[in-house]
Amino acid sequence: MVSVPGSATPRREPASTESQHLREAVPSPPSRGSALSRQRARSAWLFLLPTLAVLALVAGWPLLRTFWLSLTDANIAELEAARFVGLDNFAMVLEDPIWWRSVWNTFSFAGISVALETVLGMMIALVLHQRFRGRGVMRAAILVPWAIPTVVSAKMWGWMFHDQFGVINEVLLHLGVIEERLAWAADAELSMAAIIAVDVWKTTPFMALLLLAALQMLPEDIYEAAKLDGAHPVRVFFQVTLPLIRGPLLVAVIFRVLDALRVFDLFYILTSSSEESLSMAVYARQQMFEFGDLGLGAAAASLLFALIALFTVVYLALGRVTVEEAA
Amino acid sequence: MTQVRRWLGRGGFGLLVALITLYTLFPFYWAVVSSLKQGSALFSVEAWPSEPAWENYALVFTEQPFGRNLLNSVAVAASTVLVSLFLAVTASFAMARIRFRGRTPLLLMILAVSMFPQIAVLSGMYELIRALGLYNTLPALTLSYLIFTLPFTVWVLTTFMRELPKELEEAAVVDGASPWIICWQVFFPLLKPALVTTGLLAFIAAWNEFLFALTFTMTHEARTVPVAIALMSGSSEHELPWGLIMAASVIVTVPLIVLVLVFQRRIVSGLTAGAVKG
Repeated sequence: MVSVPGSATPRREPASTESQHLREAVPSPPSRGSALSRQRARSAWLFLLPTLAVLALVAGWPLLRTFWLSLTDANIAELEAARFVGLDNFAMVLEDPIWWRSVWNTFSFAGISVALETVLGMMIALVLHQRFRGRGVMRAAILVPWAIPTVVSAKMWGWMFHDQFGVINEVLLHLGVIEERLAWAADAELSMAAIIAVDVWKTTPFMALLLLAALQMLPEDIYEAAKLDGAHPVRVFFQVTLPLIRGPLLVAVIFRVLDALRVFDLFYILTSSSEESLSMAVYARQQMFEFGDLGLGAAAASLLFALIALFTVVYLALGRVTVEEAA
Repeated sequence: MTQVRRWLGRGGFGLLVALITLYTLFPFYWAVVSSLKQGSALFSVEAWPSEPAWENYALVFTEQPFGRNLLNSVAVAASTVLVSLFLAVTASFAMARIRFRGRTPLLLMILAVSMFPQIAVLSGMYELIRALGLYNTLPALTLSYLIFTLPFTVWVLTTFMRELPKELEEAAVVDGASPWIICWQVFFPLLKPALVTTGLLAFIAAWNEFLFALTFTMTHEARTVPVAIALMSGSSEHELPWGLIMAASVIVTVPLIVLVLVFQRRIVSGLTAGAVKG
């Protein structure tokens, strides 16, 4: 989710605990196999039918159509005239240096911003885990970037990064960090830095809150023991805290990576959409709706989907590992 | 000596807190400052405008159809929330309270949908919306937004409903109440806190959505707020009306800030539900 991030995407447990939960915690008033329970099972499907029908309509069908369109020469102007062309579109995408540039952009964006968000989020979580006056204010304050629409935060930062009148250039000039004003939006590398800065600003709160929730579930007594031993706080963090919250940390990181790989809004707004500074999602949409080549864009979108599916499998596998370790 | 160190530690900690708060709030503050400037005043950097100009806030409604855009956003987000909550209450009742074959795979499948990158369904969704004759209308957005709000609401409500005690429904079952009655008359009233949380998160997600809104609308009048702000242009192509854009940004952000402040705890618990328990 805009991105939820961008967007508010659901947070969930790893699959294996999920199924255990279901088996243990669900009440079953009538005994198995009775007429009543069979009747209940039937009504369950009835209850699920509307949701499943909607999901099939808005998710299943469009996804299958995207796969199909990626194998055709569909054009936005005349959808009906699409002809089957096999894997031509995929070949074209894979031969396109602009696509590979967008892959590189997306991965470096995801890698750098998630790394920064994790470190910063951890720091903020540790601060919020202390008791101090104004903690409530600060916790509310860090929710503000999270709630602001990505487009709005991109525009706010876009203005701050403005090459002539932006406050960031002004401050950097004053501090003597730069000699002359930088063109943040025009230069590919600088715009990447700007995009990462906005993303870190917007999603660090989310990371911090997830990590804070993990910290708050740790038992207090281990810290008492460490305090009695006179261990240095930094050592306590790396040797006690970090191993204990490794599971939630991994989950949060992989979530953010999945989210970052589908980034669209920030790249769309903060760059001049030159060939050098596209994300994979921007590339796909540009092919579809600006160049009208629905088939080619669908092929690029399918590749992105496959990539995210791959990461999801990795995530599920890791989730299982952490659960087994905890057990 | 130790006292100095403690004092330094406390000072350092306070500085850190101040830095973090400044970092998170400064862009919003700067947007407010810039929204109060007009003309050449925009091009000077100062902590507070010497002559605050409120015209941008009026101009954004008269020069742009921003009022219409706001209404569009409210209508789309509210209808998305209502439809997904209604569907999710019934679905999660079945998921959480009834044993049936295939329940776990089904739940996993619903979760998998929320992993879909929106771009992967974009071309198929465009085709569908064209075929349904919904292009450039608000129902197109409500329909397409269900792809990310519905899996999420089903998931959170299922988690929540699973934890309610089974004694609740036993009496109703003995009385011969149908599952529909049990769902809406026994469980629904108890779900209110969870409904507020999930509804709020779904509302924010729909309010902020950009890619679908950009692709499935065409005219100024059909746009939602994020698209309107992203595509706001001035008299000439190269000169963006930054004052207007900042005023519009402040207008959409203030209600969100109020929501966040009022529902802070609920939002945090909703966001962290599930993720950390594993």
